[in-house]
Amino acid sequence: MSTVKVFNAGHTACSGCGLSLAARLVMEAAGPNVIVSNSTGCLEVFTTRSPQTAWGVPWVHSLFENSGALATGIVAALKMQGKENEARVMAFGGDGSTADIGFGIISGMWERGDDVLYVCFDNEAYMNTGIQRSGLTPFLGATSTSPAGSVTGGNQKQKKNIPMIAAAHGVKYVATACVGYQRDLQNKIKKALAIKGPKYVQILATCPLGWGNDSSLTIQMGKLAVETGLFPLFEVEEGKITNVMNVAKPKPVEEYLKLQTRFRHIVKNPEEVAKVQAIADANFKRYTKDKVLF
Amino acid sequence: MASIRAKNILIGKPGTSLANKTGGWRVFYPVVDKAKCVACGMCVMSCPEGCMTTSKETKTLIDLDYCKGCGVCAKVCPKTAISMLKEEK
Amino acid sequence: MKKVTEGLKAIAETVALCRPEVISAYPITPQTHIVEELSVIVANGKLKCEFINVESEFAAASVVLGASVAGVRAYSATSSQGLLLMAEVLFNMAGMRLPVVITDANRAVSAPINIWNDWQDTLAIRDAGLIHLFAEDNQEACDMHLQAFKIAEDHEVMLPVMVNLDGFILTHAFDPIEFPEQALVDKYLPKYVPMEKLDVKNPLSFGLMGGPDRYLETRYAMAETMKTCPAVIRKAAQDFNKMFGRNYGELIEEYKMDDAEIVLVSMGSIISSMKDVADDLRAAGKKVGVLKIRCYRPFPVQDVIKSLCGKKKAIILEKALSIGGVGILTADIKAALYGQKNVPEISDFILGLGGRDIRISDIKAIVALAEKANLKGEFYGLDPKLVEEMDK
Repeated sequence: MSTVKVFNAGHTACSGCGLSLAARLVMEAAGPNVIVSNSTGCLEVFTTRSPQTAWGVPWVHSLFENSGALATGIVAALKMQGKENEARVMAFGGDGSTADIGFGIISGMWERGDDVLYVCFDNEAYMNTGIQRSGLTPFLGATSTSPAGSVTGGNQKQKKNIPMIAAAHGVKYVATACVGYQRDLQNKIKKALAIKGPKYVQILATCPLGWGNDSSLTIQMGKLAVETGLFPLFEVEEGKITNVMNVAKPKPVEEYLKLQTRFRHIVKNPEEVAKVQAIADANFKRYTKDKVLF
Repeated sequence: MASIRAKNILIGKPGTSLANKTGGWRVFYPVVDKAKCVACGMCVMSCPEGCMTTSKETKTLIDLDYCKGCGVCAKVCPKTAISMLKEEK
Repeated sequence: MKKVTEGLKAIAETVALCRPEVISAYPITPQTHIVEELSVIVANGKLKCEFINVESEFAAASVVLGASVAGVRAYSATSSQGLLLMAEVLFNMAGMRLPVVITDANRAVSAPINIWNDWQDTLAIRDAGLIHLFAEDNQEACDMHLQAFKIAEDHEVMLPVMVNLDGFILTHAFDPIEFPEQALVDKYLPKYVPMEKLDVKNPLSFGLMGGPDRYLETRYAMAETMKTCPAVIRKAAQDFNKMFGRNYGELIEEYKMDDAEIVLVSMGSIISSMKDVADDLRAAGKKVGVLKIRCYRPFPVQDVIKSLCGKKKAIILEKALSIGGVGILTADIKAALYGQKNVPEISDFILGLGGRDIRISDIKAIVALAEKANLKGEFYGLDPKLVEEMDK
């Protein structure tokens, strides 16, 4: 293990962390000729505890909400140095960084059409600070700021639809991916990096600690999220859905929910489960191949 | 006059995390049954630490310096060739 | 050859001569003409630069931070609310030791919203680790930008620099400005050479997490740099004078201070008025001098001690106030003088906030007040009728 790779072991991610797997898969698909701008969050914290770094590519972290704006500056700087073909620029952020605190920054970056691949590592809560609710926390998911209490049961808001917002900005390539489908994830990263202009890939990154599942179920959880329809995998190019991962036999959402303590307050409640099932059913209807969005 | 910038605190050299042997974390460790292993690479693609390699010749090898014992590899192996055993320490 | 130019436009033209490679732009009164003029300069092909219109000042600061880590000279300008919005990024930029130059057109901060001049915006971030320079007039403000880049990019410094000039009073004034020649600017300010940068050939990680075992040392490093950078600031001013024939002092400037008994102390545009007052009062027999604080951070402790000790009275005129505390410049001066011998009596006045006009007669009235008694944190120029009626 002595050769330095683009993404190295020795990082302090939790055992079974879907985010660390997602990051490694992204980096191995991207290769060494990339520059990464990374927001504050689990990924930044567990990879760069001074003086150590798990990264084997040029990497920069500034603040929680501005990885996108840094990427804009980096692209401009590379252009001024005549180096735009030397490295592809990626910006990484968690779901909180992307959907909430960094939302305006990312919108600005997309509106400018900067040649950046933005990857959102979506573990569906502010995990690094202890599992607080974010704009991408799924409906009814319990978090430490949307707990299941005697009056309210979990997150009462819907998951913000960033891929559609990206598509509405005219982002050239929008895709959702999942750690459960590793090759699909890597193909999407490779495809994105070959495109000039703004790209967005949102990766569902399972979180054993935050979701409350066994650490060994990282891949299974990811697959179930897709197979139930709760996290559909699709690609949007030029305003049209060009690809959808086909789920031949959709699984009922219970199979996914029952494995996670963040949903334990609803699994015995058919009324609440039905609400989640409705979201999954709607997803299967909404995300269809060749659908023109814009 | 030397520049006082704390650069060795603020700036990291590539791959220096490798000095941190996270193998010390684990409670369970994986064992590969080479007879069952077909080197499909599923475990290699699923390991959050990226500490597994495989080939038809060597079958799956795990760098126990970094393995945190999460058990993902054992769960994803289509041949159930990996077992998780408790560390005896 | 002097050209009558609006302050902001003059700064834009000078900044363009400094050849920034990435400029981020967001409008806010009273700096907006800087970024507008720079956009015109770039659009007409007079400056090869990536000029980026961004969606907020937070983005503006973040974009130049990213460009700087990627190894190029980067610049932006802001004021007031914009500066406060950038605050998080500026602390970050200084902590990461990046040599970005930012112009601040000093403006009061909300609430209430007010677009006119005082120093509150820039002094609110005085702890961030930026070097702060204050210009007395527009020619100095222009020239200060050349020096700012040179100081920031010095490998012994590597800290961001903020060039401060009073909003509206300087920014919107039309003055005859001497613009330096590009060839001389290039000689004074060669291309930026980063010490490290984002580079696939040398893949480093910037912005690591620094825990309790090492954060203190990074702050110590910044503090030590602030102790050694005055030498760089002095040299930048001396070299500038040698090449362009203009001198504004180094960390401070002293005006008629040799035999002064009463010293007027301040920063920025008010210094010009204070010099006129010193001339008038000297003609009437009073030994008045002026101490201009040109470099506010690092605070010129030794220069202030040398300048003020032995004088009878120091009168500090402040355009900012730490609410619930004392005048900000006053606190720095008193801290510098504490424990020294022959410290003058000090009066400090809070005035001009939110752009309240300060006339020559006001400064003379302040001298008269300070001669009668030592006044601490005295608000000058309050409208008594407004005070009486404001809570009726």
